[in-house]
Amino acid sequence: MSEEKLIHKEYDVLVIGAGGTGLRAAIAAAQDKELKIGIISKTLLGKAHTVMAEGGVAGSFGNVNPNDNWKVHFRDTFKGSYWHGNWRLAKILVDEAPERILELERWGAVWDRTPEGKILQRNFGGHAYPRLAHIGDRTGLELIRTLEEHIIHEDNIDLNMETTITKLLVKDNKILGAFGFDRVTGQLIVFKAKTVIMATGGLGKLFTITSNSWEGTGDGYSLAFEAGAELIDMEFIQFHPTGMAYPPNVAGTLVTEGVRGEGAYLKNSEGERFMFNYIPEKFSKDYADTEEEANRWLEGDENARKPPELLTRDVVAAAIRSEVAAGRGSPHGAAWLDIACVRDADYIKKKLPSMYHQMKTLSKLDITKEAFEVAPTAHHAMGGMRYKWDTNETNISGLYAAGEAAGGVHGGNRLGGNALADIIVFGKRAGDAAAIAAKTKSFEDIPQNLIDEAIEVTLAPFKEENTENPYLLHEELRDMMTVEYGFSTEESLTKAKKILEEMKVRASKCGTSGDRAYNPGWDQALSMKHVVQVALLTIESSLMRKESRGGHARGDYLETDTSIQDILYVQKRGPNGEIVVHEEILEPVSEELLKVLAEFKDDGYQYHGKK
Amino acid sequence: MAEYNYNLKMSVQRGSGEDISMVNYEVEVDSKMVVLDALHKIQTDEAPDLSIRWNCKAGKCGSCSAEINGKPKLLCMSKLSDFSETEVMVVKPMHTFPLIKDLVTDVSWNYLVNKKIKPFSPPDNFKDDPKMMQQEVDRVQEFRKCIECFLCQDVCHVLRSHQRFDVFAGPRFMVRLASLEMHPLDTEDRIPEIKNVFGSGLCNITKCCTEVCPESIPITDEAIIPLKERVVDRYYDPLKWIVRKIFG
Ligand code: SF4
Ligand code: SF4
Ligand code: FES
Repeated sequence: MSEEKLIHKEYDVLVIGAGGTGLRAAIAAAQDKELKIGIISKTLLGKAHTVMAEGGVAGSFGNVNPNDNWKVHFRDTFKGSYWHGNWRLAKILVDEAPERILELERWGAVWDRTPEGKILQRNFGGHAYPRLAHIGDRTGLELIRTLEEHIIHEDNIDLNMETTITKLLVKDNKILGAFGFDRVTGQLIVFKAKTVIMATGGLGKLFTITSNSWEGTGDGYSLAFEAGAELIDMEFIQFHPTGMAYPPNVAGTLVTEGVRGEGAYLKNSEGERFMFNYIPEKFSKDYADTEEEANRWLEGDENARKPPELLTRDVVAAAIRSEVAAGRGSPHGAAWLDIACVRDADYIKKKLPSMYHQMKTLSKLDITKEAFEVAPTAHHAMGGMRYKWDTNETNISGLYAAGEAAGGVHGGNRLGGNALADIIVFGKRAGDAAAIAAKTKSFEDIPQNLIDEAIEVTLAPFKEENTENPYLLHEELRDMMTVEYGFSTEESLTKAKKILEEMKVRASKCGTSGDRAYNPGWDQALSMKHVVQVALLTIESSLMRKESRGGHARGDYLETDTSIQDILYVQKRGPNGEIVVHEEILEPVSEELLKVLAEFKDDGYQYHGKK
Repeated sequence: MAEYNYNLKMSVQRGSGEDISMVNYEVEVDSKMVVLDALHKIQTDEAPDLSIRWNCKAGKCGSCSAEINGKPKLLCMSKLSDFSETEVMVVKPMHTFPLIKDLVTDVSWNYLVNKKIKPFSPPDNFKDDPKMMQQEVDRVQEFRKCIECFLCQDVCHVLRSHQRFDVFAGPRFMVRLASLEMHPLDTEDRIPEIKNVFGSGLCNITKCCTEVCPESIPITDEAIIPLKERVVDRYYDPLKWIVRKIFG
C-alpha cells in the first residue's frame, strides 16, 4: 500500500467544490493574504452546475415595486419553507443578499436594467414582489463567470481542476484534510488542511429525470456522512415543476420559472388552464382565481392577484402530476406550457434568449410559436449538512458547509432565486469563518492508517474482482428511485431501502478497465457508493416524516401535520456505517420576527402556535 | 418525426501521446439522441475508460467541445438527425490544444491568457450610485453569453495552423476584452495590450470563429473589428481617439 506515490498539498483553507458557493467562499477566505486557499473542482473552472441556474437571484431592493423590503422577503422565504426553515438563516439570507448582488456588479456582473438604470427585478414563484435580479435567463452563468474572473486574480488561491475527492480525513472529530486524485494524470493526492469547506452541491442524479449536471451525484453528503457529520432535512427534495418532458434529448432540461413569470400558462390535454383548480387555502389571498384577474396582474395592475402558475414549485409540480394521473396529460405524460399565446416573438426572444435558442437548436421547437410538454424534474435538495447558524461550521471541528450541500435555510421547500442568494451569502460567510478559524489552528499530522484506508477505497475499482458495471447500476438506481421515491408510501420506501441495501454491496464491487489517466469509469465506479448512500439517507428520512410538506410528498400521508412542523430528523453515521436518526426541535422564532410575521395578517396562514 | 432506432457507425480517436488510433464502434442509437449520448453508450457498453469531458448536457457549460467529421462542435448539442445514418461519423478531440487522452484536450492555456486581462474597474462612486441604462449594456451582455467552449479558439487559424499562442489571445478573449472595453462604467485602458500583448492585428477577419460559436456571438463584427478600430484610432489617428474620449 505505502509504495503508492502520493502528492502532498497543504492549504490553510480547502474548499471542496467550485460552483457559486465554493468560488464565493474561496474569495472570502483569500482576503486574508497570509492564508493559502485551495479549491477542488470536479470540472474545469467555470463549468459547475451553477451555470444552469436561469431565473435569477433574490434580493429585496424594491427597484420594481418599492413595497418590497427584507420583511416581505423573510416572510416569503419562511412561509415558502413551510415554516420548517431555520429562521435565523432565513433572516441572514434576506439581510445580506442585496449587498452580495451589488458586490457582484462591482466585480463586473451586468444585470438587466430598469428604465431608470437600476437593477431590474423579475417575478418568481412564491415571491410577493418582483425580486430576482437577472440577466435574461442565464443568471447562473453570469454569477459563475463573474466569480471566475475575480478568482483568477487572487494570487493566494490555488485551483485543483478536474480533481475528485474520495475521503475526508477526520480524527477525533477534527478535520485534518481530504484525499483524492487528479483525474487528468490519475495521481493520488493528500490535501492537508486546517479547515475544509464543503461546497459540493446537490444530488439530482438520484433520479431519471433531472436538471442536474453530471456532477450532481451527492458526493458531498456521503463523504460528510462517512466522516461523521450530521445531516438534516434529507427528505425534502424539490422537483422543479417544469422540466422538458419531450423530446428525449432535452428531457429534464429546465424551463425556467421566468417563462411563467413572463405570463406563460399550463394547459392539460383538453386545453384547460388548470392551475386555477389547485390554489391551496393558505395561498388563496395571494393568487388570482380568474383568468381575467391573472391577465390584469400581468399588465401591471397592482390590485390584481398573481396568476396561479406562479404558486410555489411543490404546488405546481403536484398539480401537473395530478392532471396526468387523472388522464388529462399530454402525449408524453406531462402538461403543456404555452408562452406563444401570451407574448409576441420579439418579446420572448429578448426576455428568454437562451431558452429560445436551446429549444430551437436542440428540439427544433419554436417556443414563440408553439406550446411544449413539461413535467416535474428533480432539481434541488433542501437538506444537507447541518451547520451552526453563525459560523457555518458543522459538528466536525474545522469542517464547514454552505450552499446546496448544506441544510437549514430552505426548510421544506426553497423559493426560486433563493438558491443563488444562498450560495453567495453563505458561501461568503463560510469562507470568512473558515479563514478566521484557520488562523488559530496549525497543520496536524495525518495518521498513516487514514491514508491507507483512503488509498484502498480510491483504487478499489481497479481490482480484478470488481466487475459490476457502474453505468448500468446507476441507471437501475435512478429508475428505481424515480418510481419508489415517487410513490413515497411506507411500502414503496421500505422496498427502496431493501433494494438500496443490495445495491450498496454491488456499488462496492463496481469496476473499470484501462489505466488511471482520465478514466471516467473510475470516477463513475467511485461515485456509485455516494449515490447509493445518499439515496439511503433520503429514503430513511422520508420514512420518518409521516406527513406531506413542501418537497416531501408522502403518498400515504397527504396532509401537512402541524404537530411535526418543528421536528428535525438528524441523521448521522453509526459505529458500523449504519444510519442513526434522532429527532430535534427547531428553535422557536424570536419575538421580534414573530412581530414581523404578524404584520402579514391577510395571509391565511400559519406558523403554528402563534397565529 | 417519430423516434426510431438504427445502428450508427462511429470512428472515435482513442489514446494519448504517441499512441493514438481511430477505433470503430457500432452503436445502437435512436434518432432523437445527440452525439454525446452515443458516446455515453460506448462508455456504458464497451469502453468505460473512454475519456470525454462533459458536464451539463445542455449547451451551457462549454465542456464537451470536440470535432465531428472535422467540424468543431459541442457534442451535447449535435443531434444525430443532422448526420448521415449510413456514413461513418468521425469524432476527434479539438486539434488546436494539446491532447490529454481520447477526446479530452488541455485547455489550460486559455486560463493563463484570461489572467493577463486587467479586471473590470468601476469608478470610485460606483458603490453609491450604480446606474447603467439597458441600451448601454446590451452589447456587453451579448459578449457575456460566452460559455468558454473554446471552439472559436480551436478553429482560428492563427492558433490552429500557426500556433501563435505567445502573441495572440484568440477570439474568445477578444470577446472578453470587448466586453470590458465597452462596459459603460469601466475606467481601465486596455488598448495598448490589445495591440501589443493580445495581438489584435493578427486577426485577418476570416470570421471562422463567428461561424462556430454555439452562442451565436458576433465575434468578428461586434468584438474584434471595433477593437481593431480603437487600436487604429489610438496609434494611427490620435485626434479621433481624443474626440472619442471626450464625446464617448
Ligand atoms: S476572424 Fe480573426 S479571430 Fe476569428 S477565426 Fe478569423 S482570424 Fe481568427
Ligand atoms: S465566443 Fe463563442 S465559440 Fe468562443 S468560447 Fe465563447 S461561446 Fe465558445
Ligand atoms: S456538456 Fe455542457 S456544453 Fe455540452
